[in-house]
Amino acid sequence: MPMLTITNLHASVGDKPILKGLTLSLGAGEIHAIMGPNGAGKSTLGYVLSGRPGYEVTGGSVMFTPPLRHPVLDTGLGFSSDAAVQEGSLAPHQVRGDVDLLSLAPHERAAAGLFLGFQYPVEIPGVSNVQFLREALNAQRKHRGEAPLSGGEFLKIAREQAGALGMDMDMLKRPVNVGFSGGEKKRNEMVQMGIINPALAILDETDSGLDIDALRVVGDGINRIMRKPDKAVLLITHYQRLLDYVKPDFVHVLADGRITRTGGAELALELERDGYRELAA
Amino acid sequence: MTTLPTRKDEAFRYSDIAALVSAPSRDAVESVTVGAGERITRQIINIADVAHVFVHNLSIIVEANGQCELHVLNVGGKLGRIVIDVALHDGADFTLGAVQLGAGAQTVELITTVRHIEPNATSRQMVRSVLGGQATGSYLGKVAVARDAQKTDSVQSVKAMLLDRTATANAKPELEIYADDVKCAHGATVGELDQQAMFYLAARGLPPAEAKKLLLQAFIASVFEGAEGEAALTKAALAKLEEMV
Repeated sequence: MPMLTITNLHASVGDKPILKGLTLSLGAGEIHAIMGPNGAGKSTLGYVLSGRPGYEVTGGSVMFTPPLRHPVLDTGLGFSSDAAVQEGSLAPHQVRGDVDLLSLAPHERAAAGLFLGFQYPVEIPGVSNVQFLREALNAQRKHRGEAPLSGGEFLKIAREQAGALGMDMDMLKRPVNVGFSGGEKKRNEMVQMGIINPALAILDETDSGLDIDALRVVGDGINRIMRKPDKAVLLITHYQRLLDYVKPDFVHVLADGRITRTGGAELALELERDGYRELAA
Repeated sequence: MTTLPTRKDEAFRYSDIAALVSAPSRDAVESVTVGAGERITRQIINIADVAHVFVHNLSIIVEANGQCELHVLNVGGKLGRIVIDVALHDGADFTLGAVQLGAGAQTVELITTVRHIEPNATSRQMVRSVLGGQATGSYLGKVAVARDAQKTDSVQSVKAMLLDRTATANAKPELEIYADDVKCAHGATVGELDQQAMFYLAARGLPPAEAKKLLLQAFIASVFEGAEGEAALTKAALAKLEEMV
């Protein structure tokens, strides 16, 4: 079942074209890795999919089809439409809804089930992680027609997710990413992903800045949160070491704004051995 | 009533002179004296309707080792003008926390003169302003340190946020120092909402208005922390911010 279908995507930053006809499909239950030389457009792809201002789409389309969510598979964050589907008053395809991703504002894409793990997570002085995430999660739930979580319900989920990633609640009470090391910021992104529980995660160089132990913790986190039949992950990565922990189903090479090669997990090892020049051209 | 001031008078340079005409008692001055070793806390809350004009002149004398804590919320009226004059005796302490919020065609202004007339006194002023629409927000703050006022320790921290480029923020911290063993820190910035932070919040699901509110709440948060009447001050400030985003 397809989750994300990118067709011939062209995008520019200012006058400079970066994506030059990128085509890629992700199915539910799949983990894809994107590797490629610097400047190829890997981060640009993530920013274009999440709607960052300054990135202009000049051609192509992106269809997003988050699968029907089952309360049993979720951590209790079911869609309010689930009951209606079970009753029969709503057909599953009406709930799923093919979404023209590029027509939505960034906050609407998040509510539809998209999550971008930032390469450089932003520091927000004066706003605590807890407050930020509770408001974000409830804004998404409101957009989907779901009831908001109470303070207590939210704290329970936050505690679980933070604990699973080796972060204590004290860190969550501090302002967003302020005073966090690079590795802590990346782990904080994973805590956020666990709390928000998206359908599709695009993780932009999530492994950069991580030491060996943090790499294992983050890798385990991605597997625990996202390796599910109704979710998908797009891992944007420079190095193959994260892929030791999160084994991809597909590896793509993004060079000069397009996908130039696709293979299985072993392609990452080939690239590591032989470099991009040989295989990417 | 005396004649109207003009813009040539520095203290009225950014004011709304036309609005001042209708101020009922624009020259009235409230006087407060903090006795030696005493501590008083005060709040000035201007949440007047935008059709009105709010003017408050406050003159404070803090006697030796006295403490005065003043919190100001200046968000109402076509013109909201608050003028504070403080004289500090030996070892006195003065703290000011002020939030100014202006929208539409409002003019909100805070004019302070803190006079360290004797040694060992401390003064701390923290002012945060958010201006939108065509509003004008001003802080004119003079700290005057007399010749014998050694060991003076004064701080002015002034920050303004413009929600629209049609709004105006004026920040004029001023130091007049005649003693030579003093610490007088001052900082003033005028800026806009951090767009990186706005996108981060949006990417996590917060619609633009909610994201702005969150960032603005954080911007003014520390001003009223620990203040007497903190809850009421914060509630009124947030209510105004709600209207502005």
